[in-house]
Amino acid sequence: MMAKRLKVANPARCIGCYSCMLACARTWYDTISIKNSCINIQTRGGIETAYAPIVCHACIDPPCMRACPLGALTKREGGGVRVNKDTCDGCGNCVEACIVGAIHLDAEKKSVICRHCGVCTKFCPHDVLEMIEVEDSGELKVMDTSPVSSTASHKDLYEETQSEAEK
Amino acid sequence: MTTEPYAIEGLKNVLYIDLTNQTYSIVERQDLYEKYLGGIGVATNLMLEEYVDGTGPLDPEMPVILSTGPLSGVYPTCTKTVALFRSPLNGELGESYAGGHLAMSMRHAGYETIVIRGASRYPVYVAIHDDRVTFRDASSIWHLSSAIDVGQVLRRVEPGAGRRSIIRIGPAGERGVTYSSVNVDTYRHFGRLGLGTVFGAKKLKALLITGNQEIKSPEHAEYRKMYKTLYETIVKTGLMEKYHNLGTSENILVLNELKGLPTKNLQATSIEGVEQISGENFAEKYLIRRVSCAGCPIGCVHVAMLKRPFSKAHEYETLNISYDFELIYALGSNLGVTDPEAVLELIDACEKTGVDIISMGVVLAWATEMQQREKISTEETMGLNLSWGDKASYLRAIDLIVQAPNDFYSALGKGVDYASKKFGGEDFAIRLGGLEIPGYHTGLGNVLGLTVGARHSHLDSAGYSADLKSFNHPISDEQIVDYIIDEEDRRSILNCMVACLFARNVYTYENIIEALRCIGIEKTEEDLKELGRDIFRKKYELKKKFGFKFEDLRIPKRFFEISSTTGKLEEERVRRAIELYRQKRGV
Repeated sequence: MMAKRLKVANPARCIGCYSCMLACARTWYDTISIKNSCINIQTRGGIETAYAPIVCHACIDPPCMRACPLGALTKREGGGVRVNKDTCDGCGNCVEACIVGAIHLDAEKKSVICRHCGVCTKFCPHDVLEMIEVEDSGELKVMDTSPVSSTASHKDLYEETQSEAEK
Repeated sequence: MTTEPYAIEGLKNVLYIDLTNQTYSIVERQDLYEKYLGGIGVATNLMLEEYVDGTGPLDPEMPVILSTGPLSGVYPTCTKTVALFRSPLNGELGESYAGGHLAMSMRHAGYETIVIRGASRYPVYVAIHDDRVTFRDASSIWHLSSAIDVGQVLRRVEPGAGRRSIIRIGPAGERGVTYSSVNVDTYRHFGRLGLGTVFGAKKLKALLITGNQEIKSPEHAEYRKMYKTLYETIVKTGLMEKYHNLGTSENILVLNELKGLPTKNLQATSIEGVEQISGENFAEKYLIRRVSCAGCPIGCVHVAMLKRPFSKAHEYETLNISYDFELIYALGSNLGVTDPEAVLELIDACEKTGVDIISMGVVLAWATEMQQREKISTEETMGLNLSWGDKASYLRAIDLIVQAPNDFYSALGKGVDYASKKFGGEDFAIRLGGLEIPGYHTGLGNVLGLTVGARHSHLDSAGYSADLKSFNHPISDEQIVDYIIDEEDRRSILNCMVACLFARNVYTYENIIEALRCIGIEKTEEDLKELGRDIFRKKYELKKKFGFKFEDLRIPKRFFEISSTTGKLEEERVRRAIELYRQKRGV
């Protein structure tokens, strides 16, 4: 299996529906929440200005890991880290170290960091979020050498209706 | 009727805010939520508890109730909050819905319902952060010329970016224009019936709410499955195609073609040059982005960009303005405005001052006809010559209505019913039940739905849909009455959830029942239908207390003079249909 990571592919297409955040919390926290999500869709001036999706950048050499005094964060294949919740004591050094702002602590003072599982991409209606294949180290891969199409990544709306019509 | 305890912890309270004493309290009302689920069901009952006979719409004792439902922030497109109040426009049931972030913010702050009582002595805003409620002096943002800018100030002083909702009023609400709106997160509104005026009377400039609470379904695995089913129905099927694409403004060309688009104060039902103000043209030339209410994957809020030069040296300002069908009708066709940029500028002026755009459009259209018929002169208008399509005069008139420098403009600020009673022209003051009409002249279903509707809104029953159905396959008047009754009850249930009505075909009875079951609430279809009927009765109880009488209903002549989509309406036919409705409803 190829290593994968999450990427904010088309931030300008975000409509601020928060479906990704809800999906993350629903999947990994078993709750209905927009707080315990590893994704943070931020606003910078209400919804009058563009949304800013804040997600883990899957660092190749993660500062959060280096900042953890207990070794609770270990390198993940494809970039970023895995969190050992039993070891994490909620010191918050990782939160400080992440200048992207992609880490926060949950109610039990455990660090919340993206696993790059990709469930959010299944609930993004506008292809803002995508999973991309990367080297195990987290380095980007050269995957595509065809000319760039600005709409190539856009899913067809109503895919089911269309496929039914084709049948 | 289920007697199961309400399944999700925390979904059972009411936050009472007292503006007079600047205090608050939280009361558990499991009884109400068990029976009425939330939204309009809970709000109607609370209003019956709160209302003291004889209290006027703008009296301090008159409460405002904001309520969400069990599905709010829990399932996709359940993004609305209902506001219940007594309307300062028609004195009747004030019921209005808004999207934006409000429902989700209330959910995560941990409140299903908020009751606002009393009035402040000086301008305040209320900030709710989880269980902390603060009252802060808003004198410095009172008199701000734009409701939009209030958000900019509060975003700076209050935390919670991305998760909060900021609802606020503009100058119109402060100055008592009876159809003032409450702006919700810039692009959504409690638009109709004057909630903004009530906020103004309470000296409540804004309310901000945010929180970090989470909830959990007792049937989490099933909940996840149901969420996915609903999400995929909304995003991947054509069921909501209209809203994914052009939005409601796709109806401009449709209604124009069907001769059902009120034009120039309903002197006509189609307009030359309509292509210019069509949803298609707005999308191609001006649409720059679409945004969502929090928790809805559709993104139906269409935001246009207007690039406007302000000097000869290629200097431009850009305005981002949201538009939809009703706004294009109200400030476009009904004012004879077919320049899309003029429509956008007029929308922008109304947004800033904070008024219900449908009401404002009808008021301006009536005033224009009055002046053309020489029932008023430039003396009343203070020099303005209102004429169809004249954006510049209309922009000034909007400003003057808010400033109210004379009796005429002051009357315009009290709605077309009031103004026409004072200055004449009642026969062409196009309002039903005291509320300025939305953009349909399709026939019996429309006029009937608006007249008998609990809040006289097209959203009560969408009577125009019955007309459009009967356009292709004629149906009897009784079937139209039945359609309206069914639709009213179905919408009552959706309004308990509180789902966006654009998703009404996704949230069928079957899907609502399953969605509720997956969060631990057992209801049958018969339970829900009985609930719909119960809410209807409660609403009428309330309407009666507010002084509503069927006998007082008047339908202006204009509706019978101008042929609709389904032909010319006769007054007698409408009377008979109203009688039939009353018999079947027992009201």
